[in-house]
Amino acid sequence: MTIFAEKKQLVAPGELLAEGSYFPGENTYREGNKIYASRIGLADSVANKLVVVPLKGCYVPRIDDFVIGRVVDIAMSGWIVDISAPYPAMLPLSETPAARGMTARKDLTRFFNVGDLVMAEVIAFDRTRDPLLTVRGRGLGKVSSGRVVHISPAKIPRLIGRKGSMISMLKKMTGCEIVVGQNGTVLVSGRQPKNEQTAVAAMFMIEREAHTRGLTDRVSEMMSRELR
Amino acid sequence: MRLIDENGLRVDGRRLDELRPIKMEVGLLDKADGSAYIEQGKNRIVAAVYGPREAHPKHIALVERAVIKCRYHMAPFSVEERKSPAPSRRELELSKVIREALETSIMSELYPRTSIDIFIEVLQSDGGSRCAGITAASLALADAGIPLREIVAACAVGKIEGKIALDPSDIEDKEGEADLPVAFMPKSNAITLIQMDGSFTEEEFNQALDTAIPACKKINEMQIEALKRKYVTVKEQAEERAA
Repeated sequence: MTIFAEKKQLVAPGELLAEGSYFPGENTYREGNKIYASRIGLADSVANKLVVVPLKGCYVPRIDDFVIGRVVDIAMSGWIVDISAPYPAMLPLSETPAARGMTARKDLTRFFNVGDLVMAEVIAFDRTRDPLLTVRGRGLGKVSSGRVVHISPAKIPRLIGRKGSMISMLKKMTGCEIVVGQNGTVLVSGRQPKNEQTAVAAMFMIEREAHTRGLTDRVSEMMSRELR
Repeated sequence: MRLIDENGLRVDGRRLDELRPIKMEVGLLDKADGSAYIEQGKNRIVAAVYGPREAHPKHIALVERAVIKCRYHMAPFSVEERKSPAPSRRELELSKVIREALETSIMSELYPRTSIDIFIEVLQSDGGSRCAGITAASLALADAGIPLREIVAACAVGKIEGKIALDPSDIEDKEGEADLPVAFMPKSNAITLIQMDGSFTEEEFNQALDTAIPACKKINEMQIEALKRKYVTVKEQAEERAA
C-alpha cells in the first residue's frame, strides 16, 4: 500500500498515484489495484482517497451552482443560455419571478433578450438532459452593469480561496463588487476604472499561477503596487 | 541511391535505431481548448482540440458518451508538389485511424451527448506525419483537460536495404521496402494503431515492433515533460519574483 504522488505534485494523465486499497477520487481512475491520474493537475490525498485538482478542464454544472451566462436563443417557453459548459442550459419561463402564463415569443423578450447576461442557479442536471436554470432567488436575474471577465472554471476555487479568503482580499483592496460564477464568468464593478483593472489583473494572475505557492501574498503585493 | 552508407549511417547521418530530433510545445493556440505543436525531423505539425462541446449536427450525438471527430489534413505547402486542399483518400483514411488510435485513451463516457473535435494540420511533411500527428493530438487532448487513461505516443519503423530502421524520413519511406507506423499506450501496454506498407517476414515484423515500442515509450516521456513544462516554468518564474 503506497502513495507515490506527493501532495501538490504536478501529475499528468496516466501517471501512477498509488498502489493498494485506495479509492479513486476526482480526476483519477483505478485499474486493478493501481490508481492513475486522468487529468493534468495537482495530486492530493484525503484519507484513503486519491484526487487530482485539475489545472484545466471545462465547466461541468452541479446542482445549486451559481453561474453567469449569456442568452443565445429564445425557445417556446424559455431561453437557451450559454454557461460555457459542454451543454446549453435552459431557463424556463416558470423559473422567472414574474411568470404569469405568457408564452408568446415577443413577450419573452420583455424579460431577457438574446445577448443579455443573466445570473442564475443550476437547479437540475444529469447525464440524460441539459442543465436547467432558475433566476428565482436573491441576487439572480439580468446583469445591468459591470465588466465581464472569463477565467478557466478550473481556477475558480483558487480565485475564491479557502473560505473565500482570496476573493475577499480582492474585494477589500480594490473596493469593487465582484460576483463569481462557478462557470468561470466573473462580474466586476468598481467606482474607478483603475480599481476595476487591478481586480481584473489580479484575477488573471491567479488564473495563471493557481498552482504555485505563496500566491496570496504576491497578488496582494501586485494590487498594492497598482493601486498606489 | 544508397540509403545506408559503409559506416551504417543513414542519409541524414542517423544510426538505424535513432529517432529524429523532436521538439514539442503545448498550449500555443489560446483560442483552442487544447493545442500542441511538434517538430520531428522536418515534420511540423499543429494539433488543436475543441471540446467537450455541443455536437453538430445534433443527430450524431451519442447517448452514452462523447463522439470523437478527427481531421488530419495536410496544408497545400506542406510538400514540394502543391497538395490540393481538398481532403484526399489518404487524409480520410488517416483521419479515421488516428481517431481510433486516440479514442481508446479518451474517457468519453464522462461527457455523453457532446463532441470532442480534434484537428491535426501538417504544415511540413517529411515521413511519419500520422505518428507525429497522433503524438501532438494526444498532447492537445491532455492540454484541453479532457480526461484520458493516458497519453498516446506514436512512432514508425521502416525497412531500408533489408535493415530495420527507426523513424523513417520521407525519402526512406519512399525508397525503402516497408513502413510500420505504431501508436502505443505505455501504461496499458496496448497498441492503438498499427499499419503496414510493404512487406516484412515474421521475424522482421517482430524486430520492427520491438524497435517501435521502446521508441514510443521514450516519446511518451517527452510528451509528459512538454505538458508539465508550461506549469513548471510559471511556478519557477513566480517563485523567483517573490524571492
